[in-house]
Amino acid sequence: MKEILEGSHAVAEAARLCRPQVISAYPITPQTHIVEALAQMVADCKVDADYICVESEFSALSACIGASAAGSRTYSATTSQGLALMYEVCFNAAGMRLPIVMTIANRAMSAPLSIWNDQQDSISLRDSGWIQFYAEDNQEAFDLHILAYRVCEDHAILLPAFVCFDGFILSHTYEPVEIPTQEEIDAYLPAFNPYQRLDAQDPISFGMYATPDYYLEFRYETQQAMLRAKEAIMKYGALFGEHFGRDYSALIEGYHLEDAEIALVAMGSVCGTVKDAIDEMRAEGKKVGLLKIRCFRPFPGDEIAEALSHVRTVAILDKNISLGSKGAVGLEIKDVLYGSDIDVYDYIIGLGGRDIRKKDIKAVVDLAEKGSGDMFYGLREELL
Amino acid sequence: MPLNIGCTARPGKARDNRTGSWRVFYPIYDKEKCTGCELCALICPEGCVQNIDEKDYRPDLDYCKGCGLCAEECPGEAINMEKEEK
Repeated sequence: MKEILEGSHAVAEAARLCRPQVISAYPITPQTHIVEALAQMVADCKVDADYICVESEFSALSACIGASAAGSRTYSATTSQGLALMYEVCFNAAGMRLPIVMTIANRAMSAPLSIWNDQQDSISLRDSGWIQFYAEDNQEAFDLHILAYRVCEDHAILLPAFVCFDGFILSHTYEPVEIPTQEEIDAYLPAFNPYQRLDAQDPISFGMYATPDYYLEFRYETQQAMLRAKEAIMKYGALFGEHFGRDYSALIEGYHLEDAEIALVAMGSVCGTVKDAIDEMRAEGKKVGLLKIRCFRPFPGDEIAEALSHVRTVAILDKNISLGSKGAVGLEIKDVLYGSDIDVYDYIIGLGGRDIRKKDIKAVVDLAEKGSGDMFYGLREELL
Repeated sequence: MPLNIGCTARPGKARDNRTGSWRVFYPIYDKEKCTGCELCALICPEGCVQNIDEKDYRPDLDYCKGCGLCAEECPGEAINMEKEEK
């Protein structure tokens, strides 16, 4: 059934339909409406889950680790400073190979304090061993939660996942969202079948220490699982298409990319604005296309190199900055296109909630055509 | 140790981690000076000093790290740390 829902409520609905057994979260703007809605659902017996009220995000994810290790399907949500407080716990969840799914309502990092959107929070945890999905709209945000559980709980994968969607831009925006029935979700997502679990009758410990003789091999195994996740996302993404009619078999998506001379690369909600800008530029005869990255970890490097192989110029919109270097997406694209004669330019844009409008997208394309890039876009020079 | 997914382990796993390999010095007991006070066994961080008989305490060298706490604490100075040639 199609409903007009606030993004946060669509995500809460997705989480509910996945039948989590334990929800542990701490409210933080702009994620609050998600956990508010879920707490209400638990109180109203609309989901058979334990809702754990914790005193911090560190505890929220720690409780998820315990619940997941005990064999429960587990859900959390956070953003920005909350995610930063989970930093240590994130690495533990991945290393213990626990398939926790967590929504990130993307928000800028302090200082200066900002509650507005960019993607610095989740990007800063790109090395933690969590699968990272980025949603363009609320339907995709809804769908990616269902897909994430299916992928993460596969015994060949056993990794946790972030489902990232832009704070306020999506979380507080009402859009029509197709909501499948519980029976339809159940037919796609079977009950959680833990690979191993805490059991007082047959005790095990998770995340034991590894001496230098073993640590490297454990990290290698986790990397292999992450690489296998790429195939799993393709497989279960295709299956999602069969069940619900929306195909997620690719980790990337092209828009007017086949014959493009200039390709924009972006993640998240800005892709919608880029598509509108491309329509207008195409009408003016400019051969511009978009490569949208839906899954940032594992990184679909080969697929991106193939999809961009025919373009002359690539312009990356990075809503993050690895201070002292470049934007994280830019670094990855420059890596996969190394040795080609494609011009690759990175633009740091839209940080801390600065709007990215169609005219900004067009201006970025102009800059890339002139060979000007690897820069902050839209700086207010009068302030500097 | 197998590479279990999630780095899981069953109880008793620490027994497999033979910390004796860390040792540079090891304790030599002088049974003549030993009063049987048992401090060496109580103080040992590894808990690897065994009481074989009255006034006969022996470290399990599979686990003794050679920290020397037993020698430091022994009231009768019955324990000497000697460099171990490997």
